[in-house]
Amino acid sequence: MISKGKFGKYGGVFVPELLIPALEELESAYLKYKDDEEFNKELDYYLKEFAGRPTALYFAENLSKKLGCKIYLKREDMLHTGAHKINNTLGQGLLAKYMGKTRLIAETGAGQHGIATAVVGALLKIPTEVYMGSEDVQRQKLNVFRMELSDGVVLPVESGSRTLKDAINEAMRDWITNLDTTYYLIGSTMGPHPYPTMVKHFQAVIGRETKKQIMEKEGKLPDTIMACVGGGSNSMGIFSAFVEDEEVELIGVEGGGDGIDSGHTGATLTIGTEGVLHGSLSYVLQNDDGQINEAHSVSAGLDYPGVGPEHAYLKDTGRASYDAVTDKEALEGFKLLSETEGIIPALESAHAIAYAKKYAEKEENKGKTIVINLSGRGDKDMDLVAKEMGVEV
Amino acid sequence: MNQDIESYQEMFDRVKDNGEGAFIPFVVVGDPDFETSLEIVKTYVDNGADALELGFPFSDPIADGPTVQAADIRSLNSGMTTRRGFEFIKRIREFTNIPIGLLVYYNLIYKMGADDFYKAAKESGLNGILAADLPPEEAEILLDTADKYGLDQIFMAAQTTSNERLEKIAEMCSGFLYVVAVMGVTGARSELADTTVELVSRVRSHSDLPLAVGFGISRPEHVRNVLSAGSDGAIVASALLNIIEENLENKEVMLTKIGSFCRELKEATRK
Repeated sequence: MISKGKFGKYGGVFVPELLIPALEELESAYLKYKDDEEFNKELDYYLKEFAGRPTALYFAENLSKKLGCKIYLKREDMLHTGAHKINNTLGQGLLAKYMGKTRLIAETGAGQHGIATAVVGALLKIPTEVYMGSEDVQRQKLNVFRMELSDGVVLPVESGSRTLKDAINEAMRDWITNLDTTYYLIGSTMGPHPYPTMVKHFQAVIGRETKKQIMEKEGKLPDTIMACVGGGSNSMGIFSAFVEDEEVELIGVEGGGDGIDSGHTGATLTIGTEGVLHGSLSYVLQNDDGQINEAHSVSAGLDYPGVGPEHAYLKDTGRASYDAVTDKEALEGFKLLSETEGIIPALESAHAIAYAKKYAEKEENKGKTIVINLSGRGDKDMDLVAKEMGVEV
Repeated sequence: MNQDIESYQEMFDRVKDNGEGAFIPFVVVGDPDFETSLEIVKTYVDNGADALELGFPFSDPIADGPTVQAADIRSLNSGMTTRRGFEFIKRIREFTNIPIGLLVYYNLIYKMGADDFYKAAKESGLNGILAADLPPEEAEILLDTADKYGLDQIFMAAQTTSNERLEKIAEMCSGFLYVVAVMGVTGARSELADTTVELVSRVRSHSDLPLAVGFGISRPEHVRNVLSAGSDGAIVASALLNIIEENLENKEVMLTKIGSFCRELKEATRK
């Protein structure tokens, strides 16, 4: 490898020997194309014409009045397929094409990354197979159908807890077996180097646009940036443009599940400990022996017992802070944004809204300018939210 | 017996002197439970094992296929922990002094702390440790610890490993070099890839360490093939674990079948 892919002590390449040459190949292709004029021209074209960039930075006036802060929403929810995931799948999908790979594989929890991969596979004419825990296949039948409509093949995973982490295990095994033809398109800033760096690179467009837009609207940087954190890609995407601006407070909001002490939580950075999972050293939810626990969150996108290694680094250095909101609070946030602004957020993004409400209630935060990364829209969550609210649809 | 544990080099020399290759069966400790697992190991030893390869179970074994993963889950469900794993090895040392290697995922070492882990490993009577998800890039840190406790740090070489990497791996590795026979994860296979033979001779030309081939070695003829290709030993895992899985309800039958399969595999190491 050209770089060790470390963020402080975190990150790295903790994978079986078989995978190392594939990661080397990927790293060198990424380094070759990330600044390549033709590659970027094509990527920019698709981001604009296919995905719908740039997204608006919307001043949420009603919510601002209600909470006593100046709140802007970065509208990643307006993108094609309904979330920020498409930024990364377009970038990596194109990279796979430039590398001459003839097959895409991906893992998915709720199905969002799977869909974003399948549509890019359809667009670029690369056959796509998506690993999905059989438990999730049952829970997300509509998304399975959406992937299949875009000619993706969904491969149910029966091993382990039959959820996201097992889908990742299975995708890695597939990749180990089919290195020559196959590109493994990881959906978040996690996994072995170069994935955390590369996914951040493709998501950094969120931060770049936000910075330009807030300067146009406010003439200054925001006081605070908030984003939900599962694996950490939407948050890393928006944080990346502001990490150097020490005066901007960066806050990541995790899925607290039933509460961080309940044993049913996805709050990896909040209560997790250092460990190695899926190729990198970061924070993980684990027992005293280092066996990985199952995560829990009402939001499938935050339901993961690991987190991207750069977040671990930002936490330890104090550059970003991390907190969790519970399932219940997230549902309140979901309703709050829907009622005040007529914007129905993804349950993942609703965690950031819920946190903003708690944040704004503190005296010292009154009047602050806050940007919330609204990473996705809530269409996919309708069934679940209706059920939680006791409404029959 | 702890006093005169056989080293890998001594073992490989011994079998070579007999005109044989080494037969190295694998088991996940605690699969399906502590005591049965111990009886399985005893059966291995009584039926021709020249060394033992043990796995500590892990919740997310990315280098393993469904057979080993199922064994991991059975073991974890039976209450296996890292501490109990080392207890298990001590129990094995009550009846054999052949080399014992441990195949483990790095998080178990990281969580306990490398020094504590290697200390406990040494005290339990282990010879060497291989971390399945720890390539040379990340392993530097463990070499001193392995040295401190006189343990072998074992590495894998695969078909994708370049000659340049092979040199580096051979330099860091001690005990024996684990040659990964297939492009893929662990699991029983009916055919042995032609490329396995080429790989063994390529590795041979870059290292004087004893070589043991694993992954997909599931029939006596596979054992014969890898040995005639120049390997010093053959590691058999999933094919044995399948016998465990198929006979969970009848331990007697399980052990009998394991015993006779081991004898067949050992026989295949005799030239």
